[in-house]
Amino acid sequence: MRYAMVIDTLKCVGCSDCVVACQTENNVPEGYCRDWVTETVTGAYPTVELELKSERCNHCDNAPCVRTCPTGASHIVEGGVVLVTPDECIGCGACIESCPYDARFQHPEGYVDKCTFCHHRLEKGQLPACVSVCPTKCMYFGDLDDPKSEVSQLLKTRTQKVLAPESGTKPNVYYLT
Amino acid sequence: MTTSRRSFIKISSFGAAGVALFGTAFKSIGQSLTENNLLATSARNLKRTATYCEVCFWKCAAWAYTDEDDNIKQLIGNETDPHCYGRLCPRGTGGVGMYADKDRLKTPLIRVKNEGAEDTFREASWEEALTLVASKMQGIKDNYGAESMALLKHGSPGSHLEHLFKAYGSDTIAEPAYAQCRGPRETGFGLTFGAWVGSPEPTDIRDTKCLVLIGAHIGENMHNTQVQEMADAIDNGATIITVDPRFSTAASKSKHWLAIKPSTDIALLLSWMHVLIYEDIYNKDYVKQYGYGFDELKEHVKDFTPEWAYGITTIKPEEIRKTARAMAAAAPSTIVHPGRHVTWYGDDSQRERAIAILNGLLGSWGNRGGFYFKEKIKVPKYPHPPYPHPKWGWEAIGEKYPFAEMGITNEVIKASIPGENDKHPIKGWFVAGTNLVSTVPQKEIIEKAIDAVEFIVVMDTMPMEITGYADVVLPECTYLERYDGIRSATNREPSIALRMPAAKPKYNSKPAWWMSKQIGEKLGLGDYFAYDDFKDVISWQLEKMGTSLEEMEKIGVKMFERKSGPMFLEKGQDYEFATNTGKIEFYSPELAAQGFDPMPVYTSHDHPDQGFYRLNYGRSPMHTFSRTINNPNLSDLMDENKLWVNPKVARVEGLKNNQEVWLENQDGVISTFSIKVRVTERIRWDSVYMYHGFGHNNKKLSRAFGKGMSDTELITKVTVDPLMGGTGMRGNFVKFRTENPHKEAIV
Amino acid sequence: MKEEIFISGRNIPNIDPSLEVWHFPISLYLFLGGLAAGIMVFAALVTILKKEKQFQATVKQAMLVVPIALSVGLAALFYDLTHKLYVWRLYTTIRIESPMSWGAWVLLIITFISIFWVFSYFTEMFPKWDWKYDFIKKWEAFFIKNRKPMALAMLPLAIILGVYTGILLSAFNARPLWNNAILGPLFLVSGLSTGAAVILLLSKHHYEQSMISKIDLFLIILEIFLIIHMLMGMYAGSEVQLEALNLIFGGPYTVMFFVFVVILGLIFPALLEGVELMGYKIPIAIPAILILMGGLVFRMVMVEAGQITRYLY
Repeated sequence: MRYAMVIDTLKCVGCSDCVVACQTENNVPEGYCRDWVTETVTGAYPTVELELKSERCNHCDNAPCVRTCPTGASHIVEGGVVLVTPDECIGCGACIESCPYDARFQHPEGYVDKCTFCHHRLEKGQLPACVSVCPTKCMYFGDLDDPKSEVSQLLKTRTQKVLAPESGTKPNVYYLT
Repeated sequence: MTTSRRSFIKISSFGAAGVALFGTAFKSIGQSLTENNLLATSARNLKRTATYCEVCFWKCAAWAYTDEDDNIKQLIGNETDPHCYGRLCPRGTGGVGMYADKDRLKTPLIRVKNEGAEDTFREASWEEALTLVASKMQGIKDNYGAESMALLKHGSPGSHLEHLFKAYGSDTIAEPAYAQCRGPRETGFGLTFGAWVGSPEPTDIRDTKCLVLIGAHIGENMHNTQVQEMADAIDNGATIITVDPRFSTAASKSKHWLAIKPSTDIALLLSWMHVLIYEDIYNKDYVKQYGYGFDELKEHVKDFTPEWAYGITTIKPEEIRKTARAMAAAAPSTIVHPGRHVTWYGDDSQRERAIAILNGLLGSWGNRGGFYFKEKIKVPKYPHPPYPHPKWGWEAIGEKYPFAEMGITNEVIKASIPGENDKHPIKGWFVAGTNLVSTVPQKEIIEKAIDAVEFIVVMDTMPMEITGYADVVLPECTYLERYDGIRSATNREPSIALRMPAAKPKYNSKPAWWMSKQIGEKLGLGDYFAYDDFKDVISWQLEKMGTSLEEMEKIGVKMFERKSGPMFLEKGQDYEFATNTGKIEFYSPELAAQGFDPMPVYTSHDHPDQGFYRLNYGRSPMHTFSRTINNPNLSDLMDENKLWVNPKVARVEGLKNNQEVWLENQDGVISTFSIKVRVTERIRWDSVYMYHGFGHNNKKLSRAFGKGMSDTELITKVTVDPLMGGTGMRGNFVKFRTENPHKEAIV
Repeated sequence: MKEEIFISGRNIPNIDPSLEVWHFPISLYLFLGGLAAGIMVFAALVTILKKEKQFQATVKQAMLVVPIALSVGLAALFYDLTHKLYVWRLYTTIRIESPMSWGAWVLLIITFISIFWVFSYFTEMFPKWDWKYDFIKKWEAFFIKNRKPMALAMLPLAIILGVYTGILLSAFNARPLWNNAILGPLFLVSGLSTGAAVILLLSKHHYEQSMISKIDLFLIILEIFLIIHMLMGMYAGSEVQLEALNLIFGGPYTVMFFVFVVILGLIFPALLEGVELMGYKIPIAIPAILILMGGLVFRMVMVEAGQITRYLY
């Protein structure tokens, strides 16, 4: 089992429903977020290109946050999901410093928090909250080990990229372009 | 999370007794972390209640999830609902914030006049506030007639008040959603196809092969099914053509983006007609069978060549031809979208006519991938005595505009100023769910009217700018805390949706139906409100419709079979359009008879002078107008708007990214607040752009106050649509002020 | 023109627009850790080489500073934790991949060794002190006898500690300013140099002073060389590393770095020490204090500027 998220930038309108849905599902405190949306504009009027991306923890295969965590609070579970156990976290910030995506933050309670791929929902066979609400259905989620899964198929047939590949993290969030 | 026990054991086995003691001490902390803060919403066993969203007019059906302490935690779309298919938009998902907002109106307020000082509000009981409202309404009725009391409204509370007003004897009812928004398209399409576009738009986007957007910014407006279906269309490889001076999100998804010079759309539409007709690629069978006045149209557009349009629109003739051919190739599965907020330049009904005619030439009305024949189910009216007949109402107030089919808010406002409309004087306002001053342009006129009317009552959930002008403020509970009318909407198949309270009303707020009933009873209109709870009304109606409240509580949304026939025309099917000629009117005898152009013509509009830029505005996907800016969830997403400025303009004007500027318009009106500059290639050099709804000046809005700029306050020049009275608002020009123009005023 | 913006979310406290996760306490922690490691390396070396007599301040007074520095450093680290009640989690596991983990363990062990060390020299330093209880005196005798084994243990651990203060930062791929192999040796050398500065401040013997001074001069030259090496490495590096370099060349940290670290913290004290070695009389405290100041500012610059550099956004 190797979970991956595939996001079709050709469909994303940047509405940020993924961000609110995550907040209400995961009780993310006001002023914080586990996912976010970026906009990249290139070119010059009127030859312009626009790319919208919903971003979050990349649940890297080679996760620097897990390596740098001194207590094992940051760990990888079945399916490659990177999680933080709050009552093992000392709040040293090493994982935050180590993440090239800046996907982690200090929860007001003190421990480090971030996207969990909605692990609690995956266990019940549900999709992550962000994926389940996306009005454009531009977000896909599934198992890369299963060649028949929607995500495997999409990655096989579409052009794609990952973020900051040069940092060597082997991320599991893909963007179709 | 199951780790707290495991980790505790790990610690005990570490050995040292002291550490074990620590472990015990911290175990409880660990547990509280796990159980109270971390347990995700969907993992909890929460109560589920059927509702439909009120954050915007799309009214998606949803489930509200409430915890043991009667707190609403989450909103999830109803999977059966054809408005959302189980996927709410960010505003719908963030609807919980509307409920949780601590800045909500909490209790009735009554204005107090203070000698030599500014007026203030004092808290009042419901009894006192509603008695005051009823007595003022009675007074206006006695002195001037009930017609002089106007209802200005938006959204669900409107229907309850409409009932109250009709019982009371006033049909002076208007909503900005008409003359400040989509009115012109209903007129334009009505005159062409004999049918309104209506809401939700009956556009078969999911099956379209070609979608043409004229300034419509689907994706930035989050009209849910429209957005969902546009994504389907992208998946299906549909050709999208976007006409917009701004590189909108939709433009970025388009095969063809026509970066048009603002205000020249009709020229482009006419030249498209020219290409379709003179290249002989229009839908001939369809036009022949259903069209009226094609020959006149052909003659009319003879000279409107792409070359002619190029000089006006700055769009290259080749691009115009290419896109016209793409539309024709996909026809009849082509949608030239009517748009929604279409009050731009004052000739908007005619522009919408041009759009409708284009659809007629392509044969998209009544064809798959074009426009379907929508259907809704009628909700039976709960029995009440017949309404009295007012001597005049919204129609009389808007009589100057022969094709107006709803109340014209700005005309009602004008009629409130003595001398403006002596035949139909307005003396009192009931404002519900619409923040007039951020919605209707020409603040000066509104303020004059506010000064003139004898009484204003405002019903809302939030303190808004308009509440500041009220004599009585009635705090409405949010949609999540009340019963409301059954939502019956036009769609591919008829459907109804239920809204029931997911939690008790917070603070001392009340539902609109309750207030209407109380006021009604105090006015001696109790017979019109022959129920204890609005629940009884819904229950009665649902039984009549072959379902029940119990069933609807479980399913939230119910679909019904179509009864009006198929969604699309059969090939060659006889069909009578609801126009005078029974045909699609390319040439409109009705318009000709009233002295208007029977076919759209292009007229030139003003362009900004040197140093000025056209003020364009639009929607951000995270907000609905000005009403959601203070919502904690949504302000978290976007708490201020920015001013889009082309890099060339930034260079000429010496502006930097994120620099604060004030704007001054052509009439010398200066913005109250500053706005941060966003230097971007997404905007033309002759325009600036901002999201609508920001720049609140009510200090009671703790998150929204002073954040960003209000576009509405800079819209002081309005070009009125002679057909239906819509207020064209895109003809305002602004210049930059880099120094704070209010500095002295503040000191 | 290329434009990259967040359209929603983010603007998270301490994360945006740039990280502010590690603050001054971490710089202080790194500084004190390096300084303590430096002193211990010198103390262990002179003990192993049996030169304690000639290097009295090194093995005694300077070593007295070590447990204090380490405790203050640890307290500073603790102060910067955001989930403090769970700090004991550090010592329920050893994670070799995590510098923070093995660093914490090394720090714990070495703090105990340094305390035992100070204990073994305590009555020598304070002859009037009486331990009163016999069992304490027995322990004292035990540690006095085992100074050499302690030195043998302390030397590698101190080197690890010194390197650790650099590796703690350089292990972070995500921060282009930190992510280079030089940082470990550089921080070790800098730590040795600040350790030497402490010895210089406390030493009263000319031989010890001049020997340590000579070593320090060499260390400073080595440090300058390593800094140049690091900057050149970044100059030849990827785009993000070039951006990081810009913070130091012509960025907000230029003055801090070149004036306080390079000139006042390295070049100027090196000149003073050189002049002194040539026989001119210069109060040794001046270069020593400058070196200490430079070492602290160097870590502040690295910690702060490093957090500004990021891969995306």
